[in-house]
Amino acid sequence: MKLYMKYFSMHLKSQMQYKTSFLFTTLGQFLVAFATFISISFLFMRFDSVGGFSYEEVLICFAVMMMAFSSSELIGRGFDRFPVLLGNGAFDRVLVRPRNVVFQVLASQVDFSRLGRFVQAVAILIYALPRSGIDWTFGRVLTLILMIACGAFVFFVLFVVYAAFSFFTIEGLEFMNVLTDGGREHGRFPFSIYGDGVLRFLTYIVPLALVQYYPLLYLVGREDNVLYALTPLLAMLFAVPGYAFFRFGLNRYKSTGS
Amino acid sequence: MIYLKPYKALFRIRFTNSLQYRAAAVAGLVTQFVWGFMYILAFAAFYNSNPAAFPMTLQQTVSYVWMQQAFIAVFFIWMYENSIFEAVESGQVAYEMVRPMDLYGRWFTMTTANRLSRAVLRCIPILIVAFILPEPYRLVLGGGAIKHVLFLLSMILSLCVVVSFSMLIYISAFHTVNSMGTRIVVGVAGDFFAGGYIPIPFFPDFLRTVIELSPFGAMQNMPLLIFNGYLTGNAIARGMLLQVFWIAVLVLAGRLWMRRSLKKVIVQGG
Repeated sequence: MKLYMKYFSMHLKSQMQYKTSFLFTTLGQFLVAFATFISISFLFMRFDSVGGFSYEEVLICFAVMMMAFSSSELIGRGFDRFPVLLGNGAFDRVLVRPRNVVFQVLASQVDFSRLGRFVQAVAILIYALPRSGIDWTFGRVLTLILMIACGAFVFFVLFVVYAAFSFFTIEGLEFMNVLTDGGREHGRFPFSIYGDGVLRFLTYIVPLALVQYYPLLYLVGREDNVLYALTPLLAMLFAVPGYAFFRFGLNRYKSTGS
Repeated sequence: MIYLKPYKALFRIRFTNSLQYRAAAVAGLVTQFVWGFMYILAFAAFYNSNPAAFPMTLQQTVSYVWMQQAFIAVFFIWMYENSIFEAVESGQVAYEMVRPMDLYGRWFTMTTANRLSRAVLRCIPILIVAFILPEPYRLVLGGGAIKHVLFLLSMILSLCVVVSFSMLIYISAFHTVNSMGTRIVVGVAGDFFAGGYIPIPFFPDFLRTVIELSPFGAMQNMPLLIFNGYLTGNAIARGMLLQVFWIAVLVLAGRLWMRRSLKKVIVQGG
């Protein structure tokens, strides 16, 4: 952990060397998310609800997913850039060092420009939470925290799976973006509105709905069963097949040379 | 016709050049397809919540989304020609200025060719899949041959509006040290107002009237709304005239600005 903090501050310092570039990337992240926020607002000027969810409830959903995704991307960027690491042979250096592989990949990149989305998610939560009419109990506060924390974890596992695929293909696989970026983009609405097929897929195969739709039902008081609040913990089991797949790929890894 | 020859050659080179990146295009297709489908499902959910508040039919929205995804390279401002920014920022542009070819025309041709080649690669598979999907998610033709001719014409015009608009952003790179900021802000805002996030008919009324008259309303909005049958008769004629008007204004403004900028360009040796 101490070593990670060292890497963390090192990345922070190095990115601050290029302030303009950093600021513009952050600005870009912020603006794209802002345009999405405005379009949601425009839609709700016409419609009172979608699939039974109000404007504030949708905003909470949007902000939670954005927050989970951006914090996961902030630290997990190393896995996002993993194909590059494989392609230029830098991964071989990782293998000979006496440290855990996942740790080293994790520490190889920290992308602070992702804060552009994070800040916006915080702002939207500050707007939406008091207006949502949620009756705050200890359990509900905990549910919200679980949604964000476990959501970040699930996105992180997705990044690892993406990296594991590139053991076999060397190149990045853009189709994984459908799950990562797609989860963030389309997670702005509760997944139930996309229909049963999508909801089932995101419950049993890629457990994004477990950190979004089900706990949201508990959060806004539509379900009283505590199990709904705890589904984000269940989603963390996704790490088991995810990590196993990564190990499997790692064992089959043949260097590309440099 | 002799004057057009170098442009034609340039167009052909850029076009075949971009066709080389087939693998990247295929990978992008899956993403685009899922994206389009999810947008449609979300719109369908809004439709089911309150059909009366929906500004167009669901079928029209479905057509809008599929055609937008199919021709994404034609319609979106953010699909910049990055080599132009690099040329200006690195000073490479000095070489281009020596060439006996008008720089505005050169950049315009390059951008148009690249956008078209990307669109050609991407549109066919997306359209095929969109046509064989089950109802109500299927892309439907209809409205007769004249409508489709008008759609094609309007799409060419909208390509010209998008390119002549992005020319202004390329030229602005002469005046800024780092063009990233302009690129991002104008790109995101422009695509938003053009109806890239949600179609313009979904905007609140006060904003809608203004945008429809602006150059942003003359971009993807026109061909897509002609195709899905939302616009008919006089509205089409009016909109296409507006497209021509904006092309004229944007090209004129771009040329003037470029001439003034090029006079001031100082190329640091090296």
